[in-house]
Amino acid sequence: MARQAQERIAIMGDEAIALAVKQSNVDVIAAYPITPQTIIVERLSEYVANGELDAAFIQAESEHSALSICVGASLAGARVFTSTASQGLALMHEIVYATSSMRVPMVMAIANRSLNAPLNIHCEHGDVMPERDSGWVHLFATNVQEAYDLTFIAFKLSEHPDVQLPVSVNLDAFILTHSVEPLTPISDEDASKFLPPRQPLYSIDFDSPATFGTMALPDTYMEFKYQLKEAAEKAGQVYPEVAGEYARISGRRYWYFNSYMADDADAVVLVLGSTYGTLKVAARRLREGGLKVGVVGLTMFRPFPEKQLVELLKNAKSLIVMDRAYSYGGLGGPLYMEVLAMLYRNGLRIPVMNVVYGLGGRDFRLDEAEAVLKIALDGARRGRFDEHVRWWGVRA
Amino acid sequence: MVLIEIRWHGRGGQGVVTGSNLLARASIIEGNYAQHFPEFGPERAGAPVRSYTRISDEPIDIHCGIYEPDIVVIIDPVMSKTPEDYAYGLKKGGDLVLNLSPDNSEKVAKWARENGYRLHVVDARKISLEETGGREIYNVPMLSALLRVKKLASLETLEKVLAERFSGKVLEMNLKLSRRCYEEVKTIVG
Repeated sequence: MARQAQERIAIMGDEAIALAVKQSNVDVIAAYPITPQTIIVERLSEYVANGELDAAFIQAESEHSALSICVGASLAGARVFTSTASQGLALMHEIVYATSSMRVPMVMAIANRSLNAPLNIHCEHGDVMPERDSGWVHLFATNVQEAYDLTFIAFKLSEHPDVQLPVSVNLDAFILTHSVEPLTPISDEDASKFLPPRQPLYSIDFDSPATFGTMALPDTYMEFKYQLKEAAEKAGQVYPEVAGEYARISGRRYWYFNSYMADDADAVVLVLGSTYGTLKVAARRLREGGLKVGVVGLTMFRPFPEKQLVELLKNAKSLIVMDRAYSYGGLGGPLYMEVLAMLYRNGLRIPVMNVVYGLGGRDFRLDEAEAVLKIALDGARRGRFDEHVRWWGVRA
Repeated sequence: MVLIEIRWHGRGGQGVVTGSNLLARASIIEGNYAQHFPEFGPERAGAPVRSYTRISDEPIDIHCGIYEPDIVVIIDPVMSKTPEDYAYGLKKGGDLVLNLSPDNSEKVAKWARENGYRLHVVDARKISLEETGGREIYNVPMLSALLRVKKLASLETLEKVLAERFSGKVLEMNLKLSRRCYEEVKTIVG
């Protein structure tokens, strides 16, 4: 049950994550402190400097080093956090894979931004998608409150004995990172109960030496990777338990996705990130006019919640998958391709269309959200779409 | 659900983003739901800057730009002379809040009437020059004027929010300016 209602505060997305990290009692924060870094680590450095947070704040000379420092600190048993975006994440890429493959628990906030070129600093999911196959758990927030809550859930999930994997909390750059929204925080006391000091399963111990990040030749490499696959899938299985525990202290229940009237909808639109809210408002308007539309915003992108999504979508007559990223030369955006595969192997033969939108921060307006929902409805009525992929609003 | 959408205009360096930010904070403190978001581009002092605020009595799910605001606030005194350049998309019956002398607002008032806008003006420039001995501070004073004419939050709440954000002389100056602008803002076209 929800505890006594707590006071709502006004806070920026970046600050909300920093607050959650502070309340999570992290031991080590390592980051590269200039662009494309976020205000998240700026606030954290202030917390450490003024004594509000007893942690080591380490400035690295690059994101590659920042993440490497985090790996070392986590292996030493520390609770570890970092954050980055776009080019910074790209520079981390090598260590992103090392982190998950070495089964290193940590949390990273990613303020989703586009990758160069052209030079652009705005919102896109194109930065995290290259890390899709790394074995990290990837969570997506649709608003500031979720960004805050998911940070706690991320730590707990990451350190879960059956998981032992790094977790990313993704929030749309500027749209969420720089927006002020209301936030109902949990108390420090509840945070400490939910996240007591980390008890590492395996850590560097001179009395009991072990090898981390060992060499594995063809005779064993696949076994390591199989264990990574199993752990990533396990993360999906224990997630409801972790989210449920968080619900008990916060009163806010998280699931694999947010959904708005998707159960009985003829036409459903599926999306990642803050656009869920805009689509929800548009869907509410169309529902008032009797149009059976629904919206799903995926909270957990990796591991992919196949079973739960199939259950949710099994009665839909059409589906539009929206991607704020693209696989150039591929069949469409990454979420679309995943959903296509999911529907096919579960025997759901409904028309599916991909809408690629908002690259490089292009705004996706409420009237456009309505238009996409109507196209989805049209697909449901006719039993097909006229195209597979539409680059929304692009001047071709 | 009542949703109020506000667009702020000014120049880089004048604190347009802070004005919108403080409004959202004041509104949330009073128990409403609010959202503030800036518009980011190449940031240069003096370049036109926009910022946005949404206020509602219910949670705000929408996350996109504001194209048809209910209120346009222009904090720059020069830009305030030609509101027709910045009022695009303003709803019929919407409110304009300008940094303009009430004695010098005839032309703008005529234009506002013709377009069906309500017009509120305060000479924040003169007030700031007088109170600060030559400094031009517009964002908090214009926010204070906006709060008065649209009753979006109380002056008391604004003062609380200012005290969280500023301290010492800066706080004192902002309090003085906001009190005067709160008193002196005039509705020219109601």
